[in-house]
Amino acid sequence: MSRKLFDIAVIGAGVVGAAIARDLAGTSNSVVMLDAKNDIGEGTTKANTAILHTGFDAKPGTLEAQLVARGYHLLRQYCERTRIGVRFTGAVLVAWDDEQAQSLPSLQARAVENGYEQTEVIPSEEVYAQIPSLGPGVTGGLTVPGEAVIDAWSVPLALATEAVERGTTFLREHRVTGVDVGDEYTTMHTDRGDVTARWVINAAGLGADAIDVMFGFDRIKVHPRKGELLVYDKLAAPLVNKIVLAAPSKLGKGVLISPTIFGNVMLGPTADDMEDKSDTSTTEDGFEFLLDKGRRIMPALLAEEVTASYAGLRAAHNLSDYLIEVDADQRYVIAAGIRSTGLTSAPAVAEYLVGLLADSGLDLTPRNDLPEPPIMPPLGEYQVRPFADDDLIAADPAYGEVVCFCERVTRGEIRDAIASTIPPGSLQGLRRRTRAMNGRCQAFFCGAEVKKLYENLKESGNE
Amino acid sequence: MSEPKLLTPKVAIIGAGPAGLSAAKKLAGRSGGEVLVVDREKEAGGIPRHADHLGYGIRDRKRFMSGPAYARALVAEARNAGATIMTRTMVTGWADDKTLVATTPHGRVLIRPEVFCFATGARERPRTARMIPGTRPDGILTTGQLQNRVHLNHDAVGTKAVVVGAELVSWSAVMTLAESGCRTIALVSEYDKPESYGLFTGPGQLWFRTRVTRNAKVVRIHGKERVSGVEIEHTTSGSREIIECDTVVFTGSWIPDNELLRMAGVTLDPASRSPVVDAVGATSKPGIFAVGNLNHPVETADVVALEGENVADRILEHLRGTSSPMEAVAITVDDPIAWISPSTYTPRGPRPARGRFVAWVDRLITRPIVTVRQGGRVVASKRLWWPAAPGRAFRIPSSLLQNVDPTGGDVRISIG
Repeated sequence: MSRKLFDIAVIGAGVVGAAIARDLAGTSNSVVMLDAKNDIGEGTTKANTAILHTGFDAKPGTLEAQLVARGYHLLRQYCERTRIGVRFTGAVLVAWDDEQAQSLPSLQARAVENGYEQTEVIPSEEVYAQIPSLGPGVTGGLTVPGEAVIDAWSVPLALATEAVERGTTFLREHRVTGVDVGDEYTTMHTDRGDVTARWVINAAGLGADAIDVMFGFDRIKVHPRKGELLVYDKLAAPLVNKIVLAAPSKLGKGVLISPTIFGNVMLGPTADDMEDKSDTSTTEDGFEFLLDKGRRIMPALLAEEVTASYAGLRAAHNLSDYLIEVDADQRYVIAAGIRSTGLTSAPAVAEYLVGLLADSGLDLTPRNDLPEPPIMPPLGEYQVRPFADDDLIAADPAYGEVVCFCERVTRGEIRDAIASTIPPGSLQGLRRRTRAMNGRCQAFFCGAEVKKLYENLKESGNE
Repeated sequence: MSEPKLLTPKVAIIGAGPAGLSAAKKLAGRSGGEVLVVDREKEAGGIPRHADHLGYGIRDRKRFMSGPAYARALVAEARNAGATIMTRTMVTGWADDKTLVATTPHGRVLIRPEVFCFATGARERPRTARMIPGTRPDGILTTGQLQNRVHLNHDAVGTKAVVVGAELVSWSAVMTLAESGCRTIALVSEYDKPESYGLFTGPGQLWFRTRVTRNAKVVRIHGKERVSGVEIEHTTSGSREIIECDTVVFTGSWIPDNELLRMAGVTLDPASRSPVVDAVGATSKPGIFAVGNLNHPVETADVVALEGENVADRILEHLRGTSSPMEAVAITVDDPIAWISPSTYTPRGPRPARGRFVAWVDRLITRPIVTVRQGGRVVASKRLWWPAAPGRAFRIPSSLLQNVDPTGGDVRISIG
């Protein structure tokens, strides 16, 4: 519990909340970021398709289209500065029947409207030349050379780390249960005591509608749309070196096959509208649906072993665009309805939101004593990872001690994650920060050792 | 700038388990150069090191030992024979087609021997690879992880477990669970007959106060933070039930650790995903041998140790240049045989280790008749005294193939 009065509170430590907190912490205002869970990115952020989108297929003229296009450039630069893994594989949107093939020129026109001019409509022979492992029946394709795969979880971690290093207070396990808006300050009641701030920013993702109701609004209904994903073994990687997109439908971007930044191949997601905002279980129907799709798109992929399966919840909603609005009377801002595109758009959402606050009376002048952005550990398969870095091992043998065999994660990296600015809240958090136990054996060999290391290091850090 | 150090032993053995150490013991001092065994774990010895119960060493040492004692004996013998054992050495890939690259706490090393012998063993398919849906709570293990947690870390794992599988390794998991104070509510088996020896299954159920639920498969995991139960489907009736538990152990369903061989372009058997080898472990690439449970997941430790000794002789021949390439015929198998190892046979060539082929079956046949055919001709047909059972190695005497014609084409083996 924090008795301090903050200038700004950000509810939600997902990728959007972290980006907003980072930007606002770059001013002279004191910032607090609260999350209901015990780590950052535990909601919609933690399981997505990990693609840096150009925004070529967004609905033109929407705020979403504008912010995805802007976010693409901002995030690209941010990843360069923080050394987060990004691979510009490019994508091919594949048509599987005549109707889809005929829709390709209009998709291309839409991309141009969104300011993205590098797409090209290609015949099926050219699609097969680019991705020989595709199954029979391709009728054409649209190339999107700017699409990239990204280390999606390091993005919110870097943003949140920078926010904290700029002075943000991060409060875990602070679920907001009610608010009292006063004349000058708003008190948020949480299950761990009250937190008080002048301004409140709602970036609560799946919970954004509930928070909005607390401020007296009834303008958005968020419901979870479950997306199940299958991650195939790294040995499948030679099958596909580009993102294979499906023609878009009402429910989203359809099932895609994509290389991952960690060297695996991903198949998914499903799109099932749900009621329960915490149900991230996978299902028999979901797996069957994905295997069915996968069999058609890339039959050879199904002969490979599955390394992992996930389900994520996207924040689907009843509006047709992002909802980012300021209520100056209550000193309250909402950034909601940010769907799966939020990974790409988050830095632009933050920038736009800060712009909206120009007349708020908050002093938003950037400070000139800001720390450098964090340098994130190299988790991407095509980066030089510590196990392969001779100088690093020579300087510190802990980077030569491979603990997780499948993912080649060293003791040094596990130690660093536990000693970092935002240490993991659980073993799951450690997995996401290091890749430990995420490989093909799923902890058969290293599970016991990683758990022991985690517990010992946490204990010695607490002393 | 640091650079990886180049090591040029005569023979490099990857994996210091029973197969690799037994090969090293026989090769050291006779290969005309260094025999280097590398292992990614902190200590050499392989899987037996983690299996703290009796039952090791029966066939190779004519003794009845615990896993750790057995592992220590193998390590000592390989060392005494003159082999170099490097632990904490994680081979991460190929620098080129003759050189492996490995990471150690002392820096990276390049390993460029005259002969490679892969003895990397096998692992169990985890829940994800079996594509079992549901939640992802704590309490989901494989036998490997369970044994490490209990025997090496002395962790408490849970109170009530469901074990998926009812083969030998499943009972090993039940024993380990019991030792950590966790009761096994049930073993769930897809088969209608016991996979394990009757000797285990009957008394085992009484001793561990558990039951084997047959003709059933796990279809869903329940629980939020911690496992609360597993949902099983009775495959004959289609009915489902939830067994309450806080721990679930996935056992068996072995998969060979073939990554480095696949990266090297070695031919793999599509059914077992093991390398295609001849009677003594030569793969499709000259100078690359494979031995042990990498070739047939899984046989018992004593059997793979004997194979290790066997492959050593062939490696020595290879080094001396006295091994002459011989015409091998391919072996194919019929249901319910899933795969066989070796999957080639060299008439008048060396016999496989212990004069036996290792096969894996999907259905129990208590007194199987093995029939060997070549081009429609029956080469041999014989009733065996031991059963062919799912979940454990089914051994076929190589003498059944002695009349195979070197020029007669593929051999087909069936059982009934």
